[in-house]
Amino acid sequence: MPAKATRAAFGEALLELAEHHERIVTLDADLSKSTMTAGFAKKHPQRAFNLGIAEQNMVGVGAGLALAGWIPFVCSFACFVVGRFETIRMSVAYTGANVKLVGTHAGIAIGEDGYSQMGLEDIACLRALPNIPIVQPADELETKQAVAYAVEHDGPLYLRLTRQNVEPVCPPGYRFELGRWRVLRPGPDVTIVGSGGPLFNCLQAATALAAVGISAEVINASTIKPVDQELLLASAGRTGHVVTVEDHAIAGGLGSAVAEVLSEALLTPVLRLGVRGFGESGDPQGLYARHGLDATGIADSVRKFLKR
Amino acid sequence: MADLARLETISRDCRVQIVRMLAHAGSGHPGGSLSVIDIVTTLLFGRMRHDPRRPDWPDRDRLVLSKGHAVPALYAAMARSGYFPEERLITLRKLGSPLQGHPDRTLLPGIEAATGSLGQGLSIAVGLALGLRLARSSARVYCILGDGEIQEGQVWEAAMAAPQLGQPAVSLGNLTVILDYNKIQLDDFVAKIRDVEPLAAKWQAFGWPVFEIDGHKIAEIDRALDQAEAAGKPCCIVAHTVKGKGVSFMENNPEWHGKAPKPAEAIAAIREILGVPEPAWAEHLVRDAATRALADELRALERR
Repeated sequence: MPAKATRAAFGEALLELAEHHERIVTLDADLSKSTMTAGFAKKHPQRAFNLGIAEQNMVGVGAGLALAGWIPFVCSFACFVVGRFETIRMSVAYTGANVKLVGTHAGIAIGEDGYSQMGLEDIACLRALPNIPIVQPADELETKQAVAYAVEHDGPLYLRLTRQNVEPVCPPGYRFELGRWRVLRPGPDVTIVGSGGPLFNCLQAATALAAVGISAEVINASTIKPVDQELLLASAGRTGHVVTVEDHAIAGGLGSAVAEVLSEALLTPVLRLGVRGFGESGDPQGLYARHGLDATGIADSVRKFLKR
Repeated sequence: MADLARLETISRDCRVQIVRMLAHAGSGHPGGSLSVIDIVTTLLFGRMRHDPRRPDWPDRDRLVLSKGHAVPALYAAMARSGYFPEERLITLRKLGSPLQGHPDRTLLPGIEAATGSLGQGLSIAVGLALGLRLARSSARVYCILGDGEIQEGQVWEAAMAAPQLGQPAVSLGNLTVILDYNKIQLDDFVAKIRDVEPLAAKWQAFGWPVFEIDGHKIAEIDRALDQAEAAGKPCCIVAHTVKGKGVSFMENNPEWHGKAPKPAEAIAAIREILGVPEPAWAEHLVRDAATRALADELRALERR
């Protein structure tokens, strides 16, 4: 499989699923060409609703549609859809509405548009709500399965997707399960827990680390909430060192979730790699390098962390 | 045409229960509950197709009480309707009660949406109306907004969307907004805080036919609901109401937006709601055992 943006895989998955799931509807706020629901809208115009640039209302209308028995995918950039947190909190989460929130353009990897369009705090916001699982699929294969899962999941759910193309990382025959992490590459020296955009960089970093005698275990944490405690504790127990890698603010994301589990269940040194401060404009590779989320940056951080 | 005398009796009884449950709770919002109760009563007992034994009936009419702080009015009407025993009303706001301070859909069957964070209910109602239309249901959706509430921007996002949404395949003629225009919000009079006038012109400019009525005259509420139903598009009924309606010392007084009556105040309020002059009250209690029990219950609350 060639590299593909997870938002593109999402758009394709919706089109495929729509054939058999007549209750799927999409809601957009003038970004359907970017969230990749435009294909669905063209094929099923009677089930696609563009609410205009009014995300709070979009979230609420999604809740109402869900309460009437539909399965709405409520889509925008991650920062814009989760930015309407108070509406998600009341109209979706507390109401218990079966809304699938979709946030594309996750992280600094969107590049040139800069901070205003970057979803950097969405995981932190939604982790605080009791009943919304957070899923960040790693590649095309996993995204399509995660979207299919979201349709079946009874309750709200958040899908976090990339603007940029991502390399395939899941092995053939892979099956997505909510709350289940997978070891992509085993190793006894250090655990690298990655998710979404930078996950391929984690694998490349592991290759570089192997060349200097460090055997890293790389885990795909595609469900950020709930954490796969069993896999995390087993891996941390073997390696004794855990590094988290995410394209999200350093506070409240995957790294925080991992640190919370380990500090209560298995005290383990943790290094969190993510975005510190606001993002900025630039080319995606340059931004990953600046924030230490490219393969070199990750490998360097791991070596310092292990003092090797 | 609704049975006016019956609805007026129910409304009066619900007012008594609102005062009672708030006195028991020791906190809550009497002003907006008393201003909206005639609207809620007309809907639940005169208009809506619903069945307390089947709160998840797909084709039921929906009521979204967007001004969620007025939920004592809805609880009183729901209890009267049979969704739960009337005795449960006095568990309002108490630990473990499904009668939360603001409506909780998952705890109390019959509540359609969690509200109380103002400005959100109309969007949900629009989504419900659209979803029902798409499912070819004939169910109607009613959304009650507060006047202070429409200062929230989300209300206008929803107002802009509703007349256009689903067109041309479907139109949301199954959606009716009723605005409880009691002229008072928490801090002060709406006109003093951030005036919402010209109110009718705003809704009309967004594409909504507007009907202005006296929100305490059940016949007027009922007639406006008829007109809205006939319009074939989303309509807004601006119901002019009196905050604290029925209790002289609460009426038109911002102090009573969010303050529960003390037991003695509650007894005085109930006397006024029942229309009994003070000199005749003692004699009334001798004749009316139910009200006597209520007064005793409230007096016991004072001693606690």
